[in-house]
Amino acid sequence: MAELDIFVAMLAIPLVSGALLTVIGERKWAPNLNVIASGCTFFAAALLTADIITNGPRFAMGEQFFIDSMNVFFVTLTAFVGMTTSIFSGPYMKNEHEHGRLTVARLRLYKSMFQLFMFTMLVALTTNNMGILWVAMEAATLTTVLLVSLYRTPASLEAAWKYFILCGVGIAQALFGTILLYFAAERVLGETGNALLWTHLVEVRGELDPSIMVLSFIFLLVGYGTKVGLAPLHNWLPDAHAEGPTPVSAVLSGLLLNVALYAVLRSKVLADGAIGGDFAGNLMMGFGLLTLLMAAFFLGRQKDIKRMFAYSSIEHMGLITFAFGMGGAVANFAGLLHMTMHSLTKSAIFFAVGHATQKSGTQLMADIRGLVRINPVIGWGLMLGTLAILGMPPFGVFASEFMILTHAMKYHPWATPILLLALGVAFAQIFGKVQPMVFGETHAKRLPHAPAITPVFLHLAIVLMLGLWIPPYLTRWFQEAARMLG
Amino acid sequence: MSAIIPLSAQLINLCASVILLLAFAMLAQRRVMQLINLFALQGLVLCLSTLIVAVTTGQHHLYYSAGLTLALKAILLPWILHRLVRKLYVKWDVESLVNVPTTMLVGVVLVMIAFNVAQPISLLSQTVSRGTLGIALAVVMLAFVMMITRTKAIPQVVGFLAMENGLFLAATSATYGMPMVVELGIALDVLVGVIILGVFFFQIRDQFDSLDISHMEKLKDG
Repeated sequence: MAELDIFVAMLAIPLVSGALLTVIGERKWAPNLNVIASGCTFFAAALLTADIITNGPRFAMGEQFFIDSMNVFFVTLTAFVGMTTSIFSGPYMKNEHEHGRLTVARLRLYKSMFQLFMFTMLVALTTNNMGILWVAMEAATLTTVLLVSLYRTPASLEAAWKYFILCGVGIAQALFGTILLYFAAERVLGETGNALLWTHLVEVRGELDPSIMVLSFIFLLVGYGTKVGLAPLHNWLPDAHAEGPTPVSAVLSGLLLNVALYAVLRSKVLADGAIGGDFAGNLMMGFGLLTLLMAAFFLGRQKDIKRMFAYSSIEHMGLITFAFGMGGAVANFAGLLHMTMHSLTKSAIFFAVGHATQKSGTQLMADIRGLVRINPVIGWGLMLGTLAILGMPPFGVFASEFMILTHAMKYHPWATPILLLALGVAFAQIFGKVQPMVFGETHAKRLPHAPAITPVFLHLAIVLMLGLWIPPYLTRWFQEAARMLG
Repeated sequence: MSAIIPLSAQLINLCASVILLLAFAMLAQRRVMQLINLFALQGLVLCLSTLIVAVTTGQHHLYYSAGLTLALKAILLPWILHRLVRKLYVKWDVESLVNVPTTMLVGVVLVMIAFNVAQPISLLSQTVSRGTLGIALAVVMLAFVMMITRTKAIPQVVGFLAMENGLFLAATSATYGMPMVVELGIALDVLVGVIILGVFFFQIRDQFDSLDISHMEKLKDG
């Protein structure tokens, strides 16, 4: 029972603190409460992880929630990035307030929605019910719509509207996919409430009707793929990242995309069992490559720094989708590792970018110059983060990209030139733009609240460590999750 | 098709056809108020068809579904939308729809595609209402067209909700409805979504002095 309590606590903390932050409003200690709540969530997630490592997969609340080695890894990552983002957002949001960009009411909205967003993410990750997974994904969109439009500028409203409509359309397709999945399952499992429970579905996946499952997986992939940022329905992503406040960009990139991809992976396991062959994998490889190529070539056209890194997120999501599409223990391992690396690195970059844009007073890359001179720590943070995300050794992104590339060379040699081309173009574009921003002449001013630097370097340190040495239990954990993905 | 189709199945098919007709009517409707009324009517027919499925099959949870549909889609959501329209003073907001005949033709083609896609799956289904799966998919697609062709915010949202209607029809026609907990979750999401959008409309109007989405074309690449 003790473990159950940990799980319930993990879900209850963000929900309760979200409500609490709404009620008490913007007090002096509200940012601290936000940090403490996120910290407690992470602590609960860590305890839960320890429990899963020692005792194996478990159910919670009847069979409604299911935690295994695959989702517990996402849960820890989500709770960790949530915690560091809340630390980062404390001084960042205060600065925005002092600059007059945000009113007190909007700071309150931000904090409560941030906690509710964490709640929906954790529900989506741990639910055993494919229907509830959909509900939680849609709820995650709803909590972030008002965050994207937090500045109430015409551009941010446009971005939020686009985000809502495109993701709404996407997620509606995922619902149709879920209905078809239920239809296929009902014929095998009967008309019980259990027919959408993943643990039941995975046992009978060989008996699910292939023709229905083909259609169901296509709808699920396109639907959840919209939220992952897969081309051609990726248009919402750069706008939402560029126009929303930076902490929101960090959690959208670092967490929401991962959770959406997680939903695709759960569906893929079922589709593989029912359809057989490489249908689902090939579809994912195709979408992945298309996304990767498109993003690599759009990167160079960006003038806004957050837009550019948003396209970089699309690029990496394409690469990860491609990796999972290849399938097999090695490629799945690489995909999971890359998801972790991307989450940590990209959120660290957004933290650094947030402080850099606040210092420079603009998001236009042409006007951001000489970050090392005004604040060496932020300057170097951005530089190191950029090097890490571009896959320079010894950072962890290099390890996962190297694994994906070598695996592709061995089994899908035709894809190698495309991968190399896209990664090369992305490298040249991003590095060429970040370099003058970090070094170069400047005349920017100091900020009223000292920026939170710890999260940036904490993330980068973990990425660096994982590039050099992955702890054995983490390897085991990744391997087990990779095996489950088939 | 066998010669004898049970009366209940005929009634369900009739309801589904009316829902499809309403989807076409919404596609061509210029006035916002009328559009919302059409949406409410669609919700009502959807509730009716769910009720008929419930009575014929004796599936108890479908009664709750029907009740939920009536409360949410035929009464609450149209009421919220009406209030919004009145508060935002967009009653006179008549859209200049380009090329209604072309849109209709595209819609007809989509209906044919939807029927073809749904055909093999309908044959596998055992439910009395299996024939309506194609119609459900067609309703989803027509709503999608509506979202693409409209330039005003409220009609786009009505399109979004009509899409949800189509999905609900698919759920009842292929499977006698999703598990209750999922249906409640979906209903909650839709309701919260409309409330958030209500807040959002005011923000848009304050910034743009209009609910015309075509003003919002500033964000572009490069």
